[in-house]
Amino acid sequence: MTTVPQMPLVETLQVLHSVRSDEVVVTAMGVSREWMRLSSHPLDFNLVPSSMGQATGLGLGLALAQPRQGVIVCNGDGSTLMNLGSLVTITAQAPQNLTLMIFDNGIYEVTGAQTTPGSAGSRQDGHSLDFASVAGSCGFRSLYEFDDLNRWRAGARSVIDDPGPTCVVLRIAPIPGAVGPRSPGPGRQRAIDFSAALNNGPLTD
Amino acid sequence: MFTGQQIVNLLDELKITHVVWVPDSTLGQWEAELNASPSIQLIRVCREGEAWSVAAGLYLGGKNPLVMIQCTGLFESGDALRNMLHDYQLPLFAFVGYRSYLNQSTLPGDTCLVFTEPILDAWKLDYRLIDEPGKLELLKQHYRSCHEERRPGVALIAEGKA
Repeated sequence: MTTVPQMPLVETLQVLHSVRSDEVVVTAMGVSREWMRLSSHPLDFNLVPSSMGQATGLGLGLALAQPRQGVIVCNGDGSTLMNLGSLVTITAQAPQNLTLMIFDNGIYEVTGAQTTPGSAGSRQDGHSLDFASVAGSCGFRSLYEFDDLNRWRAGARSVIDDPGPTCVVLRIAPIPGAVGPRSPGPGRQRAIDFSAALNNGPLTD
Repeated sequence: MFTGQQIVNLLDELKITHVVWVPDSTLGQWEAELNASPSIQLIRVCREGEAWSVAAGLYLGGKNPLVMIQCTGLFESGDALRNMLHDYQLPLFAFVGYRSYLNQSTLPGDTCLVFTEPILDAWKLDYRLIDEPGKLELLKQHYRSCHEERRPGVALIAEGKA
């Protein structure tokens, strides 16, 4: 088994929070839990409750609908594995305004820290799945990996500004005992509010 | 039952902006016309569950998408549609191909005929069976009703073979 450096999730998200301007931020699972504590921006869409793996599709649809609007999808490694084909769907459309951030901690954190099939601990060869290589093979235009908080802090804004589709793999330390995110409120109203913020008013037709 | 041009004309009339699809042998025959349409963007997804989330993003971003999949893909995509149509109550509409409904010669005893309509009912999806060309008007009425009332719906398109 190989070990790699890992960044703390909350501090990693604090960096994103500090450099985020007016981008849409779609989050899922454990990232949602922490992001909701940091941010209450009208262009946040915390996919809680979720269909696991569907944040990438949601982000792609948003990016295609609004090509001048930056869209950041914060996905877990387990969620990414659950819908790996969506990486190919994204690169087929090649939206320049989409940044996919994969928060890779190697586990299904919110269900009790079981290892994913991509984790070194689950694999016969003892090597973690290389998400950056997978994303590169799928055709992501820009690729980044970070396992050091200072490097991430220095590079985060330029990563977001790069022409996409961009994939950023962030190696994250698991949080022992972490629980799943709690829904921030009725989904229908949140969808209406988010869409109104994104479209500068409610959808009419 | 319908030509690609008939479908494109229909989607233009309904002001559809994007078709999010996984083709089957019936829906796939419309590909050339869908591709050629200047008013419709064809989004190819790898698996049907994705179709609902991509369509959800398009809808939230102000577009008017349509999901187009086979009933087998409906079976596959249950959790995604549950989340988008019921948790977030997004009024997405889908064309669902009803495999073997008109002809079971390729797959005698096709279990799609057993499960498709009960599953649409289970997911609380209001659908209309379109099993002859004359029902195009019924399809339009159903779409418009769902659109005006901002609720999801399905046109179940009868197909001849797998």
